[in-house]
Amino acid sequence: MKWLVQVISSLAVVTAVAGELPSEARQAELRYLLTQDCGSCHGLTLKGGLGPALTREALAGKPAAFLSWTIMNGRPGTAMPPWRGFVNDAEGEWLAQILLNGEVTQ
Amino acid sequence: MKTGESDGLNQTPLDDAAIRREWRTGLISALLVLLLVFAAATRGGADIADPQTPQRLRGTGDLALVIERAKGSVQIVETSGNSRIAGVEGLGDLSHASAVFSRDQRYAFVFGRDGGLTKVDMLDQRIVARVVQSGNSIGGAISQDGSLVAVSNYEPGGVKVFKTDDLSLVADIPAEYGNGQRSKVIGLVDAPGHRFVFALWDAGEIWTLDFDASEKPVVTKYEDVGRQPYDALITPDGRYYIAGLFGEDGMALLDLWHPEKGVRRILPDYGRGNEKMPVYKMPHLEGWAIAGRYAFMPAIGSQEVLVIDMATWQEAGRIAVHGQPVFVMGRPDGRQVWVNFAFPNNDTIQVVDAEKLEVVKTFQPGKGVLHMEFEPRGEEVWISVRDLDELHVYDTATLERKAVLPADKPSGIFMTARASRIGL
Repeated sequence: MKWLVQVISSLAVVTAVAGELPSEARQAELRYLLTQDCGSCHGLTLKGGLGPALTREALAGKPAAFLSWTIMNGRPGTAMPPWRGFVNDAEGEWLAQILLNGEVTQ
Repeated sequence: MKTGESDGLNQTPLDDAAIRREWRTGLISALLVLLLVFAAATRGGADIADPQTPQRLRGTGDLALVIERAKGSVQIVETSGNSRIAGVEGLGDLSHASAVFSRDQRYAFVFGRDGGLTKVDMLDQRIVARVVQSGNSIGGAISQDGSLVAVSNYEPGGVKVFKTDDLSLVADIPAEYGNGQRSKVIGLVDAPGHRFVFALWDAGEIWTLDFDASEKPVVTKYEDVGRQPYDALITPDGRYYIAGLFGEDGMALLDLWHPEKGVRRILPDYGRGNEKMPVYKMPHLEGWAIAGRYAFMPAIGSQEVLVIDMATWQEAGRIAVHGQPVFVMGRPDGRQVWVNFAFPNNDTIQVVDAEKLEVVKTFQPGKGVLHMEFEPRGEEVWISVRDLDELHVYDTATLERKAVLPADKPSGIFMTARASRIGL
């Protein structure tokens, strides 16, 4: 449960960067990353694979901060790797938001 | 003919004219026959364009099926002239899809992510049967005699077995463990003796299904084989089943000649080590390379190819490579080992010399190199380059690119020669 403590302690950081939207071009790259590379575990349609489903329905009720923390830091004890280094905090927050809103494909 | 009535000496001019008329009639008849034959041949030629009617004879040994993962379609290509033959659509969600072939190499069985199992006729280039047999599946295998096809499912976790002729259900094996939870199933392979072998990701178990006696399989479970087996392989002779572990270091080995001895742990240093390196794409163990007594396999979490001594199942060396390996495929003669990589290094391929145990060539086909498949005797290799929407064919001796074919987000490439190999 150490990761949960880390989630909570990083909430402030995540909140601080929220609102900075990635550029249009970068958004397209991030969507592609989400579909193709996250898709290798979560499925191209994000209905799940080795990793859990990431559809809007599956994520309903999950806090955005929890999702963006998981994207950035991975999920210890599972196969989910940290994506820090490939996406920055604002981008992680944006990815969490489009997942929650079910806006991955446009 | 008239010649029986006239002896030549008594021939009159009238007789000559009659003979000429006769000849003319014969000639016209012959021309008519020729014309009919020609017309029939032309009609036959027109039929080739219609997939529903029989075509001119053709073997299937040089055919391959290419998954177009985003579009839910497959391409049928031929590897003698390296060209596209046809596309077949309507196979559902093909992310992480794979295929096996009927023993006559005519039919492909395609396992889709959405639980779809589709039987494709490689000659008629159409779907002949399709079932959506689960909510989420990961792959499958065909039985030794070709009569059964098995699918491994994530959701609901388990294995379903179907008849290959009509895809009717033969057996449904829920992967239950603990207090009735169901585990995701990975690493499903066929084994000699009408068996299937697979591993349970959540449960840490290996199961065998034995169809030797009847259509009701005998299930044998091996528990506590290690945490989170993520993929598995069977050696080309069908003797050893080896599962890679994600949740701890080491691999689990089952000797199918001596299943009574149970599963033992090998390669204690194989794994992510104490630092638990992140893994951006699970390596595939299928298609591992064997050269002499050595086997080559992708390390998990580190940028290395491991060399294993198959006589002792000990690590014999490590080869530093460009990224985290995904596929480590041996050219059929075992002399070369081709390696592709996980994100963010998935634009690169490296070729390892299996004798020198070193990288001899590094090149970038393009972003999203997802799969490689050698032609049956290894003179050429096909590579799918997802982000370029291309298939590349390379000469494995000169490493020269021989062909580029368009394909929509291609992933797996499966050649019909797999039909005659155990575990593929």
